[in-house]
Amino acid sequence: MKNIKFLVAGIFFGIVLVKAQVISWFRIQEMFQLTSFHMYGVIGTAVVTGIISLQLIKRFNMKTIAGEPISVTPKKFDKGQIFGGLIFGLGWAITGACPGPLFAQIGTGFTVVGITLLSAIAGTWVYGAVQSRLPH
Amino acid sequence: MQLLKFIQQPWHWSVSGLLIGLTVPVLLLLGNKAFGISSSLRHICAACFPADITFFKYDWKKESWNLFFVGGIVIGGFLAGHFLQDGNDIQVAAATQERLANYGVHDYSALLPPEIFSWSNLFTWKGGIFFVLGGFLVGFGTRYAGGCTSGHSIMGLSNLQWPSLVATCCFMAGGFFSANLLIPYFFKWFN
Repeated sequence: MKNIKFLVAGIFFGIVLVKAQVISWFRIQEMFQLTSFHMYGVIGTAVVTGIISLQLIKRFNMKTIAGEPISVTPKKFDKGQIFGGLIFGLGWAITGACPGPLFAQIGTGFTVVGITLLSAIAGTWVYGAVQSRLPH
Repeated sequence: MQLLKFIQQPWHWSVSGLLIGLTVPVLLLLGNKAFGISSSLRHICAACFPADITFFKYDWKKESWNLFFVGGIVIGGFLAGHFLQDGNDIQVAAATQERLANYGVHDYSALLPPEIFSWSNLFTWKGGIFFVLGGFLVGFGTRYAGGCTSGHSIMGLSNLQWPSLVATCCFMAGGFFSANLLIPYFFKWFN
């Protein structure tokens, strides 16, 4: 039952993704063809909002609603961020979606994106299988 | 009903960005969870096909909040797609429309072009590239990079993590290459 709140958060987030049109293949093409500011505006505003929120949480030492401390694990650099990042970027422009929007696209009725999602799961699986042989 | 009409319009980028950014503190306050969606794909692998691979040997049930979250995204996508749209065509920049016309994309009635994203294309080159190859690159690349747009570009940058900035720059570089060099050639060669 403790997970229901995350389901509700996901529902709101899914609605926002659709209304923001960031799940649109058209908006992704515009972003990478530099013909519209929309995506840059959305991501930029989201990052600024996130930075301010995290600073407030840290400064006021805020706790979760259950009273637990909040901690954010720092990201460690490895070459995967470069190689994996470039590979994901190629796929992002092709599918017009990162993982979150894939789920939202399916919800809006583009059920064929379910195939894209299955292929993304396969990609994750293959990464897991060959991880030790890749440069990191 | 006025309110519904108001919500049904496309949202301004600043409103959209604000609400997406607020997901970061909401998930932290709800249960100290770091915003990140591509992990859900790893949990699905760990739950359904672990195949004795070390990378999938962990207690995915501890991370099941993430699966509830993405399940919510599907429901939210359904609700917004069916009840919160105004029925107008999506407004796309003229320069992009011109390029898409070369690809045979003319239908702007939905968020995705049905000329590409439909079941009838599944067993054509479009299905092979846009669903199978594209999806594979997204799944493989995000896991290799240790996160996607949510985990690195929003959560990571919000926490001022420089590895996330490196990842974000690489996402963008890959996207520029793909959208401007690969996709036009796919249509030239295969169409």
